[in-house]
Amino acid sequence: MFKQFLSGVDGMEQYLIFSMIIFILFFTGVLIYVWRMKKEDVKELSNIPLTDQETELP
Amino acid sequence: MTQIEKFSYDNKIVRNFGVATVIWGVVGMLVGLLAAIQLYEPAANLSNPYTTFGRIRPLHTNAVIFAFVGNAIFMGVYYSLQRLCKTRMFSDVLSRIHFWAWQLIIVAAAITLPLGMTTSHEYAELEWPIDIAITLIWVVFGWNMFGTILRRREKHLYVAIWFYIATFVTVAVLHIVNSFELPVGFMKSYYWYSGVQDALVQWWYGHNAVAFFLTTPFLGLMYYYLPKAANRPIYSYKLSILHFWTLIFIYIWAGPHHLLYTSLPNWAQSLGTVFSIMLIAPSWGGMINGLLTLRGAWDRVREDAILKFFVVGITAYGMATFEGPMLSLKNVNAIAHFTDWIVAHVHVGALGWNGLLTFAILYWLAPRIYNTTLYSKKLANTHFWLATLGIIFYAVPMYWSGWTQGQMWKEFGPDGGLVYPEFIKTTVSILPLHIMRSIGGAIYLTGVFLMVYNLYKTVKSGHLVANEEAEAPAMVKANPQKEYWHRVIERKPTMLLILSLIVILIGGVVEMVPTFLIKENVPTIAAVKPYTPLELEGRDIYIREGCVNCHSQMVRPFRSETERYGEYSKAGEFVYDHPFLWGSKRTGPDLAREGAGHLHKSDGWHYSHLVKPSDMTENSIMPEYVFLTRSTLNTNKTADKIVAMRTLGVPYPDGYENQAVKDLESQAKGIADNLNKEGIWLDEENEVKVPADAEVIALIAYLQRLGTDITKSETANK
Repeated sequence: MFKQFLSGVDGMEQYLIFSMIIFILFFTGVLIYVWRMKKEDVKELSNIPLTDQETELP
Repeated sequence: MTQIEKFSYDNKIVRNFGVATVIWGVVGMLVGLLAAIQLYEPAANLSNPYTTFGRIRPLHTNAVIFAFVGNAIFMGVYYSLQRLCKTRMFSDVLSRIHFWAWQLIIVAAAITLPLGMTTSHEYAELEWPIDIAITLIWVVFGWNMFGTILRRREKHLYVAIWFYIATFVTVAVLHIVNSFELPVGFMKSYYWYSGVQDALVQWWYGHNAVAFFLTTPFLGLMYYYLPKAANRPIYSYKLSILHFWTLIFIYIWAGPHHLLYTSLPNWAQSLGTVFSIMLIAPSWGGMINGLLTLRGAWDRVREDAILKFFVVGITAYGMATFEGPMLSLKNVNAIAHFTDWIVAHVHVGALGWNGLLTFAILYWLAPRIYNTTLYSKKLANTHFWLATLGIIFYAVPMYWSGWTQGQMWKEFGPDGGLVYPEFIKTTVSILPLHIMRSIGGAIYLTGVFLMVYNLYKTVKSGHLVANEEAEAPAMVKANPQKEYWHRVIERKPTMLLILSLIVILIGGVVEMVPTFLIKENVPTIAAVKPYTPLELEGRDIYIREGCVNCHSQMVRPFRSETERYGEYSKAGEFVYDHPFLWGSKRTGPDLAREGAGHLHKSDGWHYSHLVKPSDMTENSIMPEYVFLTRSTLNTNKTADKIVAMRTLGVPYPDGYENQAVKDLESQAKGIADNLNKEGIWLDEENEVKVPADAEVIALIAYLQRLGTDITKSETANK
């Protein structure tokens, strides 16, 4: 499918390829970041909203 | 041993934004209903220009987006940010300035838009003084937010805060870039960019306003209030991080999908499409994360109206974010663009995602800050069903209508000609669907009224806990040596802000810089000349009356369009258009070639049509613009407008401003004489001629100019 888009672009392929490369690099970076998170940290972070002293409804 | 600190949360500011959310929600939706009724009953414009569709459609969109949703964001952020940071808002004074100034801006919009003071850029219609006020108040909001984050007692920034930060920084960039205007007086300006560039900037803004005003802040709210309402943590925190970064990265590239098949360079269109398809992944990541948070708690969803609102709201988000990328496929867009399909699409997002989440948060918050219980769960449940039914009754007729329009516009008969060459036939066929749509909207609004009553009774039964006592351990400095780099980001809001800024700037820069710098992207056409002073004034009336809300000026390169309207639109035709007026909806026909070829009509036809459209086109739903025959064209600013246009690069000769009004009067006299020759009177009984200085003359001059350049010479020189 990507090829079809490319063929419709005259002389500007480099923009699409450049954009894809940036995205893939960025995405890989975020994946590594998420991958390396420690389980206990994740648990602690996801519990933040539940740790405040919420007003109990009467 | 860490010290426990005592402090209090500011609930009053949350209450204030909450009240504003409800009031502006009702106002915005009522205006929407009025606009919807006018699309099958034009007399519902109350016979005056201030409440006519072209002027109140932007009032509706601005009220719902910036007043209803805007106040809902601030309500949600001010409550959750304090709790997530375990501190009071940085400054009560800034909070109050933010609240009151934001309401003043809304009031200014509610006054100026019906008066016809508009820039014509969709969702950015407000004129330059209000734009400046918005910028200042946005800074106040950011200042208050960052002050709070920096004073927090919680080491880590929960993911909701990331969404708030990205919202702040991106909306700031979008608003500033899309507000480069040259003032030509108080409440009147011209956009710095023209034609294709103006269109690209506007839809980069328009698309990302949806992304960063209607989506990211609400995702932040979802990540806080859904765990609260369900009393369980979010399904996957890792997914929320992946979803955050990819969403803000990809969204910014997708703007050009609003301009498929237009005169925008092809490569930019393709880029918009590719990134739109990719956008499904992070959007659905968010939806799945929201819905799966409720796993194991579905039994509660059956009874709890708040969770019901969340489930349907998040599902609507999933539907809209799947549909958006589908609409950006060129073959789908060819049918859906300019039709009611788009109206259906945005309302699934606005009524479903923004509306239902706002209601859920209001029902959750009100009893808590008033230390009471919800007055009636039963009423809240009834509201839920009315809202859901309202959305269905709204969306289904609009999808049907959009599909019908798309098909009828493109249908060719066996003789090779258009089956419906008269646009009005397609309009008449969808009127019953428009009636049904307004019923859907009314059902949704009825639900809102139930909520108003329910919240009122709730509030009456309790008392506002203006300052809610709280305590938390003081923040301890972390030991940086033992930490991974990503944990450092999570603790540094400024770094998060800068990283978000970089991420959102990449897409904008790659798309916009070439369009602005490479001349070949906008080939010039020798025959295209600047507007005459009268046409320029006429164009400003066209902008003031919001004609662009119903008429496009962009003939797409399809046979069905070139048969109907004439030669397809070229980028070079719009180089003097500050702003561009391509439009995004065809409630009426395209006007790009209105003055040329087989579409050309006499001055008298245009006059009669503007005075009473249904006399010239049977069953027309266009409002009557008879007031334009009685109002006198103000030429005090004509010379200034010529100078302003020259500053923006329109090649009026030096000193032409001194001659402009004279030229304007002579062209106007010509049109008035034509009307006279055609036997048209302002007042037939008393034989009063149409005066040459009537505003309608300028508008006719502009309409007659449309599309004439290209027919003079087809040769394009680069």
